Amino acid sequence: MIEALAFYIFSSIAVAAAFMVISARNPVHSVLFLILTFFNVAGMFVILGAEFLAMILVVVYVGAVAVLFMFVVMMLDINFVELRQGFLNYLPIGSLIGLVMLIELATLFGSWVVTPVIANRGLMPTPSPDITTNTHALGNIVYTHYVYLFQAAGMILLVAMIGAIVLTHRNRPGVKKQDIGRQLNRNPANSVEIRKVEIGKGI
Amino acid sequence: MQAFLAEYLPILIFIGIATIFSGIAVGASLFIAPQRPDVEKTSAYECGFEAFGDARHKFDVRFYLVAILFIIFDLEVAFLFPWAISLGNIGAFGFWSMMIFLGILTIGFVYEWRKGALEWE
Repeated sequence: MIEALAFYIFSSIAVAAAFMVISARNPVHSVLFLILTFFNVAGMFVILGAEFLAMILVVVYVGAVAVLFMFVVMMLDINFVELRQGFLNYLPIGSLIGLVMLIELATLFGSWVVTPVIANRGLMPTPSPDITTNTHALGNIVYTHYVYLFQAAGMILLVAMIGAIVLTHRNRPGVKKQDIGRQLNRNPANSVEIRKVEIGKGI
Repeated sequence: MQAFLAEYLPILIFIGIATIFSGIAVGASLFIAPQRPDVEKTSAYECGFEAFGDARHKFDVRFYLVAILFIIFDLEVAFLFPWAISLGNIGAFGFWSMMIFLGILTIGFVYEWRKGALEWE
């Protein structure tokens, strides 16, 4: 009973907030509504029994991805009011395309059958959340059974890291940095020069 | 109701209480307090001088670099949680699997350290 009530509250707020993401006038408000959507979807994941996914959604998506979106919004110098003009004109054709895609997805998932060959071999069955916790169940298979995919994930993260640095990191010349080692290694011999200045003459 | 969901009930109650209280706090000031805004009241407050420019100005791309590096290490930590919790079940293979994963990311970390991507000039 509470479960069903919580599901309906979470899902309705999630849908409403997702609608506000695309219809809010201020892009910063859009990002804030996106965070609200993430929180509600996390609540729905908990109801589904995917506790780990719910917590990761809060930690990674709310904590990092939403911040990244905020930076992107603040970094791009786009006049969003101008960009949004004609939004209502394109609404019918946009919703038509959305409807077509929805029907396609519905037919796809309606007729989706996993081949019994694969179902018995590759995939691990989901244990009941009452026996093992979600995080335990994931930890038992991700690092051993799916080790190649796990290492591939590590490689993807490495590529992302290096790619981000290569694309955005610039060495700015002429910047004065504090180098503590150099400061401590200075001595009077190589930094001070004593000269005898004759009277009436400059150096 | 499933057993583990009962453990989340206090969180749900707290969310409800927090929503009600913040709704009261914001709603009461919205409806009870007199609101007579004018141009001077709603303009941005600057210490003594007229506001020049917009509050929203462009951010430097370096913030983005820091945020993206943060996401990557956040994901690395996300992988560590299930590993830590079920280390007893997965044995030495699971342990070394994670060590290789961490090693790969340490290569990236050393790269970004040597490149100076973590420095802020």
